[in-house]
Amino acid sequence: MDDIKILDTVERYIRGEMSPDERLYFEQRRKTDPEIDQLVVEHTLFLQQMNRFGEWKKFKQTLQETHIDLAQQGKIHSDKLRGGAKVVYLWNKYKRVTAIAASIAGITAIGLTILMNLFTPQIKDPKVTELVHRVNAAEKNLKVLDNKINYVDKKNQQPVMSTPVRYNGTGFLIDPKGLMITNAHVVKNSRNIFVQNNKGDQFKAFVVKLDVARDVAIIKIDDDSFKSFASLPYSFKKATSDIAEPIFTLGYPRDEVVYGEGYLSAKTGYNGDTLSCQIFIAANPGNSGGPIFNHNGEVIGILSAKETEAEGAVFAVQSKYIYQVLDELKKSSLYENVKLSSKSSLLGLDKVQQVKKIQDFVFMVKGD
Amino acid sequence: MKAESNEKALLQGLARSDKKAIEIIYRENYNMVRSLVINNSGSTDDAKDIFQEAMIVLYEKVRSGTFELNCLIKTYVYSVSRRLWLKRLQQMNRYVPAIENLQDGVQVEEDVEENERINSEFLAMEKAIGSLGEPCKSLLEAYYLEKKSMHEIAQFFGYTNAENAKNQKYKCLVRLKKIFFAQYKNGNGNG
Repeated sequence: MDDIKILDTVERYIRGEMSPDERLYFEQRRKTDPEIDQLVVEHTLFLQQMNRFGEWKKFKQTLQETHIDLAQQGKIHSDKLRGGAKVVYLWNKYKRVTAIAASIAGITAIGLTILMNLFTPQIKDPKVTELVHRVNAAEKNLKVLDNKINYVDKKNQQPVMSTPVRYNGTGFLIDPKGLMITNAHVVKNSRNIFVQNNKGDQFKAFVVKLDVARDVAIIKIDDDSFKSFASLPYSFKKATSDIAEPIFTLGYPRDEVVYGEGYLSAKTGYNGDTLSCQIFIAANPGNSGGPIFNHNGEVIGILSAKETEAEGAVFAVQSKYIYQVLDELKKSSLYENVKLSSKSSLLGLDKVQQVKKIQDFVFMVKGD
Repeated sequence: MKAESNEKALLQGLARSDKKAIEIIYRENYNMVRSLVINNSGSTDDAKDIFQEAMIVLYEKVRSGTFELNCLIKTYVYSVSRRLWLKRLQQMNRYVPAIENLQDGVQVEEDVEENERINSEFLAMEKAIGSLGEPCKSLLEAYYLEKKSMHEIAQFFGYTNAENAKNQKYKCLVRLKKIFFAQYKNGNGNG
């Protein structure tokens, strides 16, 4: 028997197409001939596989037809996306990407805002900068070094504080016993306040009155080593000064007291602010809180801020508000007897003499 | 009760490849799978592929005779489709942050894997038949798949008699078995 004949026989056997006699005969042969037996098993498997394959193919075919039928009858969503469905589909497809992009944009925006807030000076109007001096790291180191030298010198005396300084400005005495005036923004964020005179002596001080609205602060030197003065050389002007009046200031934009002069340019401050006046003077961070004197040696204001976008536009709190703040302080505390002197002993002296007399009463104000 | 017997009838129909049953199951489940796929960055073509694949899994399952329905057809089809689509996404190397919406469904991992195995066998068979060339391909398909009689085939292909056609068919069959088993061995060797 050739291969094809055997295959035919086997297939007929598997498909049950044999007559009972033939079948009996074949089963006998199968038992004696392992090769035939093997072929039967193998071919059975193969035919099964073919069968299942056929059904699988047919089923797939049926599914395809069903899909087309149902889509045509509108019983399932058809494949073509139109109008709104297309938008929904695209949105669904890209919403993850969109969400990621939006998050990145959002985070960037928030981050930028935070950074801007961090680096923008804390001030009501960005066009005006308060002239408080933020001491940078390098200066801090110098300061510490300074204090160490002092410490060696004064070993037997009391130790000198070496607290890092964060803000400094200028302040000046309004009373010979140690009451001083400066800007509120110089001291408002400080826990500890020190004042330093032009000789470098440092004294501890504390805030007795803070008026943020007028940007005026009254502080008191509270240190055993501070010796009261007999009287103040300058006085405080109650009336408003006139435009073009020559003025000068003393302040601490650096560690040394610095003199500057100019004139009164306007009777109101930034944006018509009636609390202050505008002056033309060279002012730098650190000048904040410094006194503004007229040629008679009368205090006419407290230097407070400068306009960043205009050259030489500096603002000073008018001196009449020193009276007002002091009056408020007197009402409610121990400082009832404080009186601002209204008579200047500097009248008629030349500038050099005036400054010489004034400079001991102007202090650097440091806070941390 | 009625719903349950309905489901049973549908599955029995599916096992018989009853066109009506297939249509009902198709109609009742396709839109659900379509939303699943489309809502998870797939196209309508993907949805159709995935759904039909899931139907085949269900079909093979009911035909194996061991299938007992312990959940709704809907749940089963959804779970299988979800599994298949996740697999497809992974193959495309798409980042898949846990497919959205609806319940987890039933365990279908084994069924999906079994289906994959059967599929690869069928694809091997398809490839083997395809590589036979004509007239072997059509001849074998007519006899074994379309179950036509040798007489019909002889007439259709123009053989003078059924016996000749039969001989030709066997020659083709021997070739097919050779190719198929060679492929099968290779496939197993590789796999």
